[in-house]
Amino acid sequence: MKAGLTPEPKLRRLPRSPSLRGRLLPFLLEYNLVFIFLAIFVALSFSVRYFFTIQNMLGLALSVSQIGMVACTMMFCLASRDFDLSVGSIVAFTGILSATVINLTDNLWAGVAAALLSGAIIGSINGVIIAYLRINALITTLATMEMVRGLAFIASHGQAVGVSNADFIYFAGSSFLGISMPIWTTLGCFVLFGFLLNSTVYGRNTLAIGGNPEAARLAGIHVERMRVVIFMVQGLVAGLAGVILASRITSGQPNSAQGFELNVISACVLGGVSLKGGSATIAGVIVGVFILGTAENVMNLLNIDAFYQYLVRGAILLAAVVVDQQRTRGE
Amino acid sequence: MPTSLHLKEISKRFPGVRALDRVTFSAEPGSVHALIGENGAGKSTLLRILGGIYQPDSGSLLVGGTERHFQSAASSIAAGIAIIHQELHYVANLTIAENLLLGHLPNHYGLFRKGHAIRVAAGHLRRLGVDLDPRAKLRTLSIAERQMVEICKALLREAQIIALDEPTSSLSHHETEILFRLVRDLQNQGRLLIYVSHRLDEIFALCDACTVLRDGHTVATHQGLAGVSRAQLVEEMVGRKIADIYNYRPRPLGPNRIEVNDVTGKQVTQPASFAVRSGEVLGFFGLVGAGRSELMQLVFGAARPRSGSIKLDNQLLRARHPVDAIRRGIAFCPEDRKESGIIPIRSVTENINLTARQRGGMRGFFVDFRTEFKTSDGFIKRLGIKTPHRRQQIRLLSGGNQQKVILARWLNLPNLRVIIMDEPTRGIDVGAKHEIYNLIYELAERGCAVIVVSSELPELMGIADRMLIMRDGVITAEINRTDFSEHLALSLALPDAVEAN
Repeated sequence: MKAGLTPEPKLRRLPRSPSLRGRLLPFLLEYNLVFIFLAIFVALSFSVRYFFTIQNMLGLALSVSQIGMVACTMMFCLASRDFDLSVGSIVAFTGILSATVINLTDNLWAGVAAALLSGAIIGSINGVIIAYLRINALITTLATMEMVRGLAFIASHGQAVGVSNADFIYFAGSSFLGISMPIWTTLGCFVLFGFLLNSTVYGRNTLAIGGNPEAARLAGIHVERMRVVIFMVQGLVAGLAGVILASRITSGQPNSAQGFELNVISACVLGGVSLKGGSATIAGVIVGVFILGTAENVMNLLNIDAFYQYLVRGAILLAAVVVDQQRTRGE
Repeated sequence: MPTSLHLKEISKRFPGVRALDRVTFSAEPGSVHALIGENGAGKSTLLRILGGIYQPDSGSLLVGGTERHFQSAASSIAAGIAIIHQELHYVANLTIAENLLLGHLPNHYGLFRKGHAIRVAAGHLRRLGVDLDPRAKLRTLSIAERQMVEICKALLREAQIIALDEPTSSLSHHETEILFRLVRDLQNQGRLLIYVSHRLDEIFALCDACTVLRDGHTVATHQGLAGVSRAQLVEEMVGRKIADIYNYRPRPLGPNRIEVNDVTGKQVTQPASFAVRSGEVLGFFGLVGAGRSELMQLVFGAARPRSGSIKLDNQLLRARHPVDAIRRGIAFCPEDRKESGIIPIRSVTENINLTARQRGGMRGFFVDFRTEFKTSDGFIKRLGIKTPHRRQQIRLLSGGNQQKVILARWLNLPNLRVIIMDEPTRGIDVGAKHEIYNLIYELAERGCAVIVVSSELPELMGIADRMLIMRDGVITAEINRTDFSEHLALSLALPDAVEAN
C-alpha cells in the first residue's frame, strides 16, 4: 500500500497570535465551570461567616451525598443520549421497602439487599422498555416515576415507616476519620464511575452510543444490552441512595425525594454533560454537584427564605447553560 | 434581465488557513459553468462569498458589470443570486404552495387565503414546466422534487444567477435526467448557472465552461469543454497525473467465502441468492431504493431477514445482530457515513478502535490505551489519514479521511473474511478514491470476499471482478468482467427498461 498518494494540502499557516488573550482565554473557557466555582468558593469563604469551617463543609457534603451518588449514574444515562426521571421515586420507594423489610426481619442487610435489588429491577424495566420496545426515555421514565411513587404510597399506606433497628440508624450515622458514611459512599461513587467512564470499554461504549447510536450498533456494540445495563446500574445506585436516606432520617417516607431527579439532572448539566449525548466528564459532574450544594448551603447560612432558593437554583442552572453554550458555540 | 458574473482576485482567510487565494471566476449569461475541485479546494467558500454569507478579504465581485459588496445573504438575494445548497432548506410539513410563498403568504387581514395561494403556486409551477401538485406536502416528495421546489423558489425571486452545489449527490438516474432538463431550460431562458459537482460525466454532459480550483487557487478555466479530456480535468484537480484511478489488478480467486441463499426482507421482495469467492470483488449495481442496501444489512445482521439462509465458509451463519456477524469476520461500511458510520464527536483513535476493543484484553472490560494508540498511529500512517493528531474529533476530517478511519476500524480485525462496502466513495475526492480502491484490492489479495455496492457504474466497471444488478428488490442479472458494458448494466437496472435478456 502506497501511503500519501495525495499531496499534503498547501495551506499556509498564519503565525500564531502571541497575545495573552489568545491562549489564556480558550484555557479559561475550557475549564470555565471549575474556575468559576473555585472563585465563588474562595469569595464565599471570606465573605460568609461559618462557611469555611469543617463543620459546615461536612454538612454541605452530606447534604449533596445522595444527589452526588445518583449524578454519577445519571451522567452515564445522559452520555448515552438517554434520560431518567424515575430516580426520585426509586429513592422514596426503596427507602420504604428497606424500612419495611428491616422491621419484618430485624436484619439490616436484608433491607439493604431488598433496596438495591428492587432499584436494579425498576431500572432494568426502564432499560428494556427503552432499548427493546424503543419507547422514548423521557416518556418511559415519566411513567415509571409516577408508578413507582404510587408503589411507595401503597407500600407505606401513605405513612412514614419508622425503624427502631439500631443497626439501621447506625448505618448512615457511622463515620470514619470524622467523615460520615454517606460522604464516603459518594466519594467512592465518584472514583468508581470516573474510572468506569474513562478506562473501561463500558464507559467508552456509553460515549459512543450517545455520540451516534446507529454507528455504534453497526460497529458491533450491543447497544440494546448496554442501555439496559446503564439503566439497571442507575436504578441500583438510586436504591442505595434510598436506603442511605432512609437510614439518615430513620424512616422510609413516601413523600421524600420529590424533585430529586431534576436536581440530579441539573447537577449533571451544570457539570457540562451534554444532553445531546456523547460527552461527559466526572470532574464536571463533581463540580456540578458542589455548585448546587454550595448555593443551597450559603442561602441557608444567610437565612434566605426557602421560597427564594428555588428562584436562585433555577437562575444558576440557566446561567451555567448559557455560559456553556457560549463556550461550545461555533464548534 | 440576463446578467454576467465576474469574480476578480478574491481572497479569503480563516484563522490559520488561506481558503481562497486570488481566485478569478467569470461566467456569461445563458451558460452552465462548472466549478470543480477536490474537497477543501475552496468551492464552498467561493459559493458562500457569492451568497453573501462570507465577505472576501480582498478582490472584487461584479454582477452585470457593477461592483457589489454583499454584507448579508439578503443583499445577495436582492442582486438576483440564488444558491441551492446540498442540504435543502424547507418546511417538511407544509405544502409546496406554502413553501414557495413562505414569507409573503397571501392573506386577508391575517387570514391565510389557501385557495389563492394554491392557484398562484400552480401558475408558477406550470410556467417553469414542473409537474407537481402544489397541495402536496414537502415530506411526501422525493429528494429530486424537493430540489425542484427549491429551484422554483429561487426563480420566483427572479434569480438570474443560480448556483447548484452537488445537486445530484442523492438523486437517482431518472431524477438526474429531470434535473438536467430543468437546468437546460433555465439556460435557454438566458440565466447563468454555476454547477458544482464531483461527477465529471455530468460536467461533460451539461456544462459549457469549467473552472478548476485546487488548494484555494484557480488552476484552470476552460471555455468550452470540447477539446478537454477527463484525464486532464482530474490531473488539474489533483495536481498530478493519475493514469487510471481504478488501476484494476487481477488476482486468483479461491473457494466460495460467503453464500447467500434465498434471502428475503422488507424491500428484497424476491428470494435473493449469490455467492462471493475468496479474493473476489463483487459489485452490486442498481438504483437508489432497489434494495441493495437492505440486502447488505440482512447479510450483516443489521436487519431481520424474512426467510433464507447464509453460509460463511460452508458453515451456517445466524446473525441476529451485527455483533454476531462481526464475530464471524464480516465487516460493513454503511452507505451514510455521517448518519451511521462515524461517532462524530469522538476522536479518530476511538473511532478506529471501537470494534476491536469489544473483544480486547481482560474480556473487553478495560481499555488498553497503549495498544490502541499504537494501532491508530499505525493506521494513520499506513492509510495516509490526514489528521493533526489521533485525538482530533473525526467530524473535523474530510469525507475521504473519515472513510479511511472506518476502513481502519475493520482492517484492525484479525479474522476479517468478508467486507461489505455500501457506496464507499460517495462524496470523496479523486485522490482518496484511488487510495480506497487500492485498499479494496489489498483486502481481496489477503483472501477477503469484498462486496462493493455503488450507484456509480464507472466505478464498479473499474474495480469489480463480477457485477450483480438489482432492480425493485430483485437481483436481475449477473455480468462477468469480460462482458461489462455501461449500456447493458443500465438497461438491466432501470425500472422501465425492457428485459434485455
